[in-house]
Amino acid sequence: MNQTMKRVLNTVLISAVSAGLLAGCGGGEGTKQPVDVQASAKPFEGEKLTIVTANHPWGDAIKEMVPQFEAKTGMKVDVQSFFEDQLTQKLTVQFTAGSASPDVYMYRPLQEAKLFFKNGWIQPLDDYAKKDDDYDFNDFSKAAVGSNTVDGKLTGIPIITEQHILYYRKDLLQKAGIPVPKTMDELIEAAKKLHDPKNEMYGFAARGQLSALVSQISSFMYSEGGEFMQGDKATLNTQESIKGMATYATLLKDYGPPGVLNMSWPQAIGVFAQGKAAFFADANSIYKNATDPEKSKIADHVGFALFPAGKAGSKPFNITSWGLTMNSKSANKDAAWEFMKWATSKEIVLATQKKGNPGARLSVWDNPEGTTAFPKEYADVTKETQKGGVDHSLPQINNVSEARDIIGAIVQKAISGEDIKAAADQANKEFQALIDKEKGK
Amino acid sequence: MMPTNWFDRNLKWIYTMPAVLFVLLMMVFPILYTVRISFYEWSMSATVPPKWVGLANYSALLSDIRFWSSVKNTFVFSIGALLAETVLGVAIAMLLYRDFRGKNFVKTLFLLPMVATPVAMGLVWLLIYEPSIGLANVLLKMFGLDPLLWIASPKQVIASLIVIDVWEWTPMISLIVMAGLSTLPAEPYEAADVDGATGWQKFFHLTLPMLRPTIIVAVMLRLIDVLKTFDIIYSTTQGGPNMKSETLNIYGYTLGFQYFKLGMASSLLVIFFALVMGLTLFMIWLRKRLEVSV
Repeated sequence: MNQTMKRVLNTVLISAVSAGLLAGCGGGEGTKQPVDVQASAKPFEGEKLTIVTANHPWGDAIKEMVPQFEAKTGMKVDVQSFFEDQLTQKLTVQFTAGSASPDVYMYRPLQEAKLFFKNGWIQPLDDYAKKDDDYDFNDFSKAAVGSNTVDGKLTGIPIITEQHILYYRKDLLQKAGIPVPKTMDELIEAAKKLHDPKNEMYGFAARGQLSALVSQISSFMYSEGGEFMQGDKATLNTQESIKGMATYATLLKDYGPPGVLNMSWPQAIGVFAQGKAAFFADANSIYKNATDPEKSKIADHVGFALFPAGKAGSKPFNITSWGLTMNSKSANKDAAWEFMKWATSKEIVLATQKKGNPGARLSVWDNPEGTTAFPKEYADVTKETQKGGVDHSLPQINNVSEARDIIGAIVQKAISGEDIKAAADQANKEFQALIDKEKGK
Repeated sequence: MMPTNWFDRNLKWIYTMPAVLFVLLMMVFPILYTVRISFYEWSMSATVPPKWVGLANYSALLSDIRFWSSVKNTFVFSIGALLAETVLGVAIAMLLYRDFRGKNFVKTLFLLPMVATPVAMGLVWLLIYEPSIGLANVLLKMFGLDPLLWIASPKQVIASLIVIDVWEWTPMISLIVMAGLSTLPAEPYEAADVDGATGWQKFFHLTLPMLRPTIIVAVMLRLIDVLKTFDIIYSTTQGGPNMKSETLNIYGYTLGFQYFKLGMASSLLVIFFALVMGLTLFMIWLRKRLEVSV
């Protein structure tokens, strides 16, 4: 009796402990079988989709509208949201493990399209997008689609676009009798005049953090005629590129707030919203941080202007910051496309844009209803910028993160007072090596 | 009767099995796998398989300026933090060891930084170090000093990070030293009193030598941890500005999860692992030697 008890006890103990150990290793997702399909009006009745979004106002807006989609199609849609940085890591790990979930996910085309596409994590969408005439794919802005194109293949549908613009303080400019700067020289002049560090008023605020600043210097470089790379050749140390970066570095070094080297956009727009900077340059999409009275002390005084012109004119970036794309391993691609088509249809883009998410459909921007969410000046500047602009704000290679760190170092060194030419020469060499390595494969 | 006998005979293996399995699965396997990946080039791609490159990752690292600057940053940060923590930790332990009213309350207070979530604390320090409105500069201005840039300055960033680490981990050294203090015999002190020794003499000639083994253990535990510091640095500077606070751990993370160079990241981690292992073995050897000589 005693022996038996002991044996039972042993077995139970061991299996319990080992089971506990192994439980952490499994990660299986129950596969779902479609319920028998008979209602032909709802061809996807009973299908289940997993969508992953960033913690972004667009994701929130879509989440609210998903029940409409579910009612229309009979699908069941599970929406998960993650912070920007965690999103990439989560997706990377899942895709490396060959996961069929999520079916559809939000991604940052300029940062991730090339690498994800190369790694086989993205389903090319050309056939889907052009299949439906109703969908009207040509309605999307050319530059926005350009951001989502790798090797001639469509990697995603643009959902959020952004343009580089100049934010300014109406009240300060008016008081000082300074007109809104239209050129780089005027901007530097105005920033200098309004810079008054003793009273904690700084001429110009923008990103100074290594990696974060790279997309911001792009417009400065383009507007002087510079570029990150041309073909397979790194062009960081051309006269034009250096001129653009030098302007940016000078603005931050001489007229910027203290501690700028550690600022990404939240800190930089924070300085502006606290009323401590006269000018602020960044993407238009984050304007609410400056115009929302709950976040900003100067909500009523924010002006929006076209990006100032350099030697080559005003050439700000005009890009897709977020796109929607499909997992190439998705078990039900037609259902996944059905969702994407719905989420990026004219009707839904209008609805999300009304909530302040600047979309990529030109017809929505031309629709007076489409701009109700935005201040008038903002809508005008955005529409104007959308006509031209450059479709990338980052170098177009696979390893964008590494390139960002190489390029960002030039500007950080310049802000710290080192020689920009030497820094650019050094970075150009490293950047060229990176490009060569990728082409070699 | 047979199975029971089998169980009885192998009981010692059976009961240790879960722990052994855990170590094998969660520690030994990942380490060996990391060593394996370190000989490959791999971007986590599903379509392009890992490519065998032999020692190329290692030689690339050894000629990489960023690697060497991260080695330097790791050591400057670790040694600086460790020295300050040991001196302060022992001092605080001596103060708290004496009897006074509210002793337990003060002790608990001192332990709080260690218990708090590091990333949350990193964010708090980010605000403290904010150059225009942060608490650190407000305090400096109150005392009539010039404000500093703290973590936003390439020159001050390591020192600023050391301050955070010292704030967070000094209590751990104090805790261990206090435990050591309570085991010290009373007789030597009585003898010293009879001989008329001053408080300082007692500290330097009695307490410190007798505490030496305890302090070495505390330093060793802390050393392993401080070399691996990640959370504090990542949540405040991510290695910036100008990569001046990029330690081995941060660089490894960047290589792996931002540049997707899994092979290179793994070889860095293998070197790092060897480094920590070597230092730990050295400390163990030192401790044995010192214990023998005491």
